[in-house]
Amino acid sequence: MAGTSGKAAGVRSKSAARSKGGAAKSSPAIVDFTKEQELHAYRQMLLIRRFEEKAGQLYGMGLIGGFCHLYIGQEAVVVGMRMASKDGDQMITGYRDHGHMLAMDMDPKGVMAELTGRRGGYSKGKGGSMHMFSKEKQFYGGHGIVGAQVSLGTGLGFANRYRENGAVAMTFFGDGASNQGQVYESFNMAQLWKLPVVYVIENNKYGMGTSVERASATTDLSQRGASFGIPGEQVDGMDVRAVMAASEKALEHCRSGKGPYILEMITYRYRGHSMSDPAKYRSKEEVQKMRTEHDPIEQVRKRLLDNGWASEDDLKAIDKEVREIVAESAEFAQTDPEPDVSELYTDILL
Amino acid sequence: MPIEILMPALSPTMEEGTLAKWVKKEGDSVAAGDVIAEIETDKATMEVEAVDEGVLGKILVAEGTENVKVNTPIAVLLGEGEDASALDAAPKAAAAPAPQASEAPAEKPAPVAAAPVAPAPDDVSDPDVPEGTPMVKTTVREALRDAMAEEMRRDGDVFLMGEEVAEYQGAYKISQGLLEEFGARRVIDTPITEHGFTGLGVGAAMAGLKPIVEFMTFNFAMQAIDQIINSAAKTLYMSGGQMGAPIVFRGANGAAARVAAQHSQDYAAWYAHVPGLKVVQPWSAADAKGLLKAAIRDPNPVVFLENEILYGQTFEIPDVEDFVLPIGKAKVERKGSDVTIVSWGIGMTYVMKAVEELAAAGISAEVVNLRSIRPLDIDTVIASVKKTGRLVTVEEAYPMCSVSSEIGYQVQEKAFDWLDAPILRVTGKDVPMPYAANLEKLALPTVKEVIDAVKAVTYTA
Repeated sequence: MAGTSGKAAGVRSKSAARSKGGAAKSSPAIVDFTKEQELHAYRQMLLIRRFEEKAGQLYGMGLIGGFCHLYIGQEAVVVGMRMASKDGDQMITGYRDHGHMLAMDMDPKGVMAELTGRRGGYSKGKGGSMHMFSKEKQFYGGHGIVGAQVSLGTGLGFANRYRENGAVAMTFFGDGASNQGQVYESFNMAQLWKLPVVYVIENNKYGMGTSVERASATTDLSQRGASFGIPGEQVDGMDVRAVMAASEKALEHCRSGKGPYILEMITYRYRGHSMSDPAKYRSKEEVQKMRTEHDPIEQVRKRLLDNGWASEDDLKAIDKEVREIVAESAEFAQTDPEPDVSELYTDILL
Repeated sequence: MPIEILMPALSPTMEEGTLAKWVKKEGDSVAAGDVIAEIETDKATMEVEAVDEGVLGKILVAEGTENVKVNTPIAVLLGEGEDASALDAAPKAAAAPAPQASEAPAEKPAPVAAAPVAPAPDDVSDPDVPEGTPMVKTTVREALRDAMAEEMRRDGDVFLMGEEVAEYQGAYKISQGLLEEFGARRVIDTPITEHGFTGLGVGAAMAGLKPIVEFMTFNFAMQAIDQIINSAAKTLYMSGGQMGAPIVFRGANGAAARVAAQHSQDYAAWYAHVPGLKVVQPWSAADAKGLLKAAIRDPNPVVFLENEILYGQTFEIPDVEDFVLPIGKAKVERKGSDVTIVSWGIGMTYVMKAVEELAAAGISAEVVNLRSIRPLDIDTVIASVKKTGRLVTVEEAYPMCSVSSEIGYQVQEKAFDWLDAPILRVTGKDVPMPYAANLEKLALPTVKEVIDAVKAVTYTA
């Protein structure tokens, strides 16, 4: 449906969340944010956007190598989810992971230095863009194999249940991964054992260059857990308020011992699949329409101004602060030395 | 014509069993499908059904008899109009087909039968076992179970998951009694979804738990090999040392008996190829117990390759409180001077038989049991080769890019000047495992091949 009808990502801005599911659930109404929440969401999303823009720039300069998948356009998904989660809840995702790390309060310097393969990176330069972790911040990667993180995230949920620690494993994957076999093996066990896992499907409309319609026999991905009785709902992933409201409900469902929950976040990536993707499978107009009509950051910005909660100058100040953080991380990522050659043979076994 | 009822084989690897109970008595009439007896294997008690109808004329093997070989006549069935006087006339050739086991799992076979006691290793002291340690006889199966039970008692983060590990007590009866002792929270039956439950186990390990993931056989782990390699083995490195996966992947590996190509493959070389994994392939019960305990305690992912045929074999094992063997250390099972034979896992069974014959022929072989494949204790191999000047390796896996290939390479690199003959390897043949009994035998190594290889490198052929 992308680009061909008014049902494209983010269009359902009013009562956007549509719910069906193994156990039919009504989706929560969008709750207006407080001033503080709007400001927090704005700053976090802006940090991710500016960070990714900088990463794209460094990639163009040859400072970042290999694969680099930018999160621009999808910021509301991870920020809204994080706003709903509690400390102790784990997060795991695939290779489009920079935004997730920033949302989990990981240090932008450590993330950017990993992108440039430096010793101060989160993985000492040995993981790169797709493989970063922070046990301290409960971020479990950063995984390069499509769908693998879904089983791993289910294992995080298993550990939570085993320990009865009340935590929930927020397991992110894309529309492409949603067709992987191990996803359904994981759904089955998660529901069978009532594991606290929120499966967050970031449906950005394309698995690399193949649209959801061309890859998936059924395109309502929120219903992919229906045969296991896992409730799911579609959420306007461009509206951070809708994301947070749905996430709160899903997290509560998991925390109360009812088992997993699926959230299909309808979202959009503005950039190509990776830096080397010219994105010829979609029209410029489609992208432009999303940017102008549904941009997650612009939505918050407009509300802040309309409500009189921030002036243009206030927002400029936030932008400046964010740009400074990003500039500092880029500076660090270029000046920090490469890993010592002795690191080649470390961290293979404990 | 009276029909002999034979001791049935109730699994691919069963060679003998105990005739636990006669359900029918002499003189009882029997219809096809009637349960006539119960047979106890080391795995389970199975009912034996009659295939033909008639009257149970004579019971040949009393109930309670142990170690009844498969195909031994256990009773005689009289046909219509026959009486006991016909018994003497019962020709052996008229043997009835072996009755069908009523509960034998069809696709993922259960093993059975206490196999004969393996040849006792030569009296070579194990550096990891103090002199004078009392020994006790145990099967590999019990050793594995005991290792898991001891480690689960010791550490609440250790749990076992896999197909049929809990209520069924293990497809190969390895986890017998664990559900009862540790409960369903820690002994977990999974759906038949290797890819998913392996990933789940690795994720739980990343979160700090210590899963033991049982594969009914490692053939099925191919479904999950991405999670074993890409997730379990590489995460420690990719996270700059922040988090790894303290997990054990264990189960039957290699050929069983007559289960053909898809169920008969040795994965040692596959996993040994990968940095970030440890790979262990035990032979004896002591290997099994000491190394499995070590594997569970190890903070790294360990691939623990068992063998179905070894499960029922009995060995002496040190009778000590907490018997743990170091991973990455080989054991000289037998000292010798003329040739070094290196083997591991079930390969050792061919070797231990061959060395007896070789000794009778005046050839003194030193036997190195590798125990671990990765890390590979090449130092022990080299030390032996420097003494004997000759090397034969023995394994059941395919020859191409095998563990034998690697040992051969390392030995020529590190002990070239000590070699007095080319290194020879005895391996499984370079073919998918055939089903036919004669072809299967040909596909596997033989004791004769080991002897021939030794004679070739010692120029005594």
